Amino acid sequence: MIDRIASFGRSSIGFVISIGRAGQFLGGVLSGIPRPVTGFPLLLKQLYSVGVLSLAIIVVSGLFIGMVLGLQGYTILSDFGSEAAIGQMIALTLVRELGPVVTALLFAGRAGSALTAEIGLMKATEQLSSMEMMGVDPLRRVIAPRLWAGFIAMPVLAIIFSMVGIWGGMLVGVEWLGVFEGSYWGNMQASVDFRDDVINGVIKSIVFGFVCAWIAVYQGYDCVPTSAGISSATTKTVVYSSLAVLGLDFVLTAVMFGNF
Amino acid sequence: MTQRTTDIAVGLFMLAGLAALLFLALQVSGLSPKSAKSTYTVYADFNDTGGITPRGRVSMAGVTVGSIDSITLNKETFQARVAMSIHGEVDNIPADSAAVIRTSGLLGEQYIDISIGGDMDSLEPGDTFYATQSAMNIERLISNFASGK
Amino acid sequence: MEAKDLKVRAMGLGSYISLKDVVFSRSGRRIFNGVTVDIPRGKITAIMGPSGSGKTTLLRLIGGQLRQDSGSLTVDGHAISELRRKELYKFREKMGMLFQSGALFTDLSVYENVAFPMRVHTKLPEDMINDIVLMKLEAVGLRGARKLMPSELSGGMNRRVALARSIALDPELIMYDEPFAGQDPIGMGVLVKLIRDLNSSMGLTSVLVSHDVKESLSICHYACIIADGKVIGTGTPEELQAHPSEQVQQFLNGHPDGPVPFHYPSSAATEDFGLAGGAS
Repeated sequence: MIDRIASFGRSSIGFVISIGRAGQFLGGVLSGIPRPVTGFPLLLKQLYSVGVLSLAIIVVSGLFIGMVLGLQGYTILSDFGSEAAIGQMIALTLVRELGPVVTALLFAGRAGSALTAEIGLMKATEQLSSMEMMGVDPLRRVIAPRLWAGFIAMPVLAIIFSMVGIWGGMLVGVEWLGVFEGSYWGNMQASVDFRDDVINGVIKSIVFGFVCAWIAVYQGYDCVPTSAGISSATTKTVVYSSLAVLGLDFVLTAVMFGNF
Repeated sequence: MTQRTTDIAVGLFMLAGLAALLFLALQVSGLSPKSAKSTYTVYADFNDTGGITPRGRVSMAGVTVGSIDSITLNKETFQARVAMSIHGEVDNIPADSAAVIRTSGLLGEQYIDISIGGDMDSLEPGDTFYATQSAMNIERLISNFASGK
Repeated sequence: MEAKDLKVRAMGLGSYISLKDVVFSRSGRRIFNGVTVDIPRGKITAIMGPSGSGKTTLLRLIGGQLRQDSGSLTVDGHAISELRRKELYKFREKMGMLFQSGALFTDLSVYENVAFPMRVHTKLPEDMINDIVLMKLEAVGLRGARKLMPSELSGGMNRRVALARSIALDPELIMYDEPFAGQDPIGMGVLVKLIRDLNSSMGLTSVLVSHDVKESLSICHYACIIADGKVIGTGTPEELQAHPSEQVQQFLNGHPDGPVPFHYPSSAATEDFGLAGGAS
């Protein structure tokens, strides 16, 4: 029994230490203001690999999720004879919740794991070390552009996800099931507020982008530089990012939409 | 993958994001550039506001002409005082118009409908509606009906 | 006392790096237990020792990537562990290091890899960078490979490109971490030649960490053998060959048993084979 308590204590201490290290790491990354001349092309390159290359999976999943929402919403709402509210339902779920959350989960799987593996491999092949020995701080040169890219790409991806989803919902609801197009958009416009719903959704995805990118680069930078270490770091990235996104989503929702 | 293709792809990506945000703003949340224009405030006193909430819709003949700003209790008359902002271009609401709380559909949200009067004068900013009709309360309706009044 | 000998000689040339009673331990394991070495300016010094004796750690201490627990370490008169972060990064521009794996940036071409330090640290115009890169690549015999990506190079070529990159800024000091490990005889010959040429033509102070005794002794001016966290022998190659210590002789000649035992420390064999009590 005492042993269990002790081991729990040990793991708690380990947890706190790793949080502290991650915080220190973040401080190191963000401490230097990126030099625009050299920094910008690096950022563009990372935006490409983190953002543009994630676009396909985001668009496809957005489309399907919108279509499923349309189908499910129609079945449920037609019981009350209010299938015209389908647009409102799809738009609110996507803009407030599914857009930011599902994008973040997909992002963690697609881009986060790639970031971790890439940085882990750079560490294992001593590229980070050699950069350090050349008098170049890898935190600024390698880590910072990746962190910023994740931070910028996530909201953009989430917005695109919501838009595609709403369009997919319209495909099913309006084109297939025959909801009147005017009431699809009309109900939507009446109930979705730009500041309260769209902007809050964007804020959520900015937070998620930051957290996912942070976890991904930290796990890569901190991994044990062997193939086993890299693979376990990649797994950790996906697991921790997903948990962090879902947990934070609850907190943010409570703050933004809860009435207290 | 040359630097230039990367630049173009990222540029398109960011543009797509902006376009999507614009879509969400205009088409989904119905934010029209017009609504940023000037508004003026008028008031209405209701006995029962029912379920209307701040930022709710104010309409005239079904067309949205403004939104509800605030709902406060008037401590002297024990009525609810609702402040609403009306779009600046709708500046000729007859002074004897009535503010009516309506429900869209059976279960829909409640909004304020302005039923138009016949006065030649118009409501000025800061004026109060002459007549109001409070929210229809289904429970009260049913109990009235049951007691045969 | 050997350390003293070397030091006296090093003083004559001016020692570039000097370690005094350096103690270092990592994750509870003591790696250096009072190491004193002087590395003379403009010469090739080989640091040799069995695997796991902390040779690479020594290079990282010199490069400031790790800090010693106690003792002093100076490079060109500067105490590395007392430099501030910024000064350290500035100071490292004077150092080149060739990593065991080459450590080329996998997303850049050979040309860009060599140009990298210049692009970061200097504001040289593009045509000048071009000239320098081609010159450095020429020096390692790979000017023709400038358009290739690191993944298209063989292990030996990889290391040569990395060498070209580490001398791009004309450093004063170059450190080689196991340059011969995993090389075929030709690749090894090429590297031996390159290390020697670079040293003589540019007057670089070179530190070579290796456990390849033959190659190291063939090119170094001085050598130093580390084992068990201590310096067990120093001197010129000839002096070491004639060194009286058994431990040094075992390492140089590769005897399987000696002061460094063949058996990993264990309990008496009789116990493990279940003969306890009966056999003794």
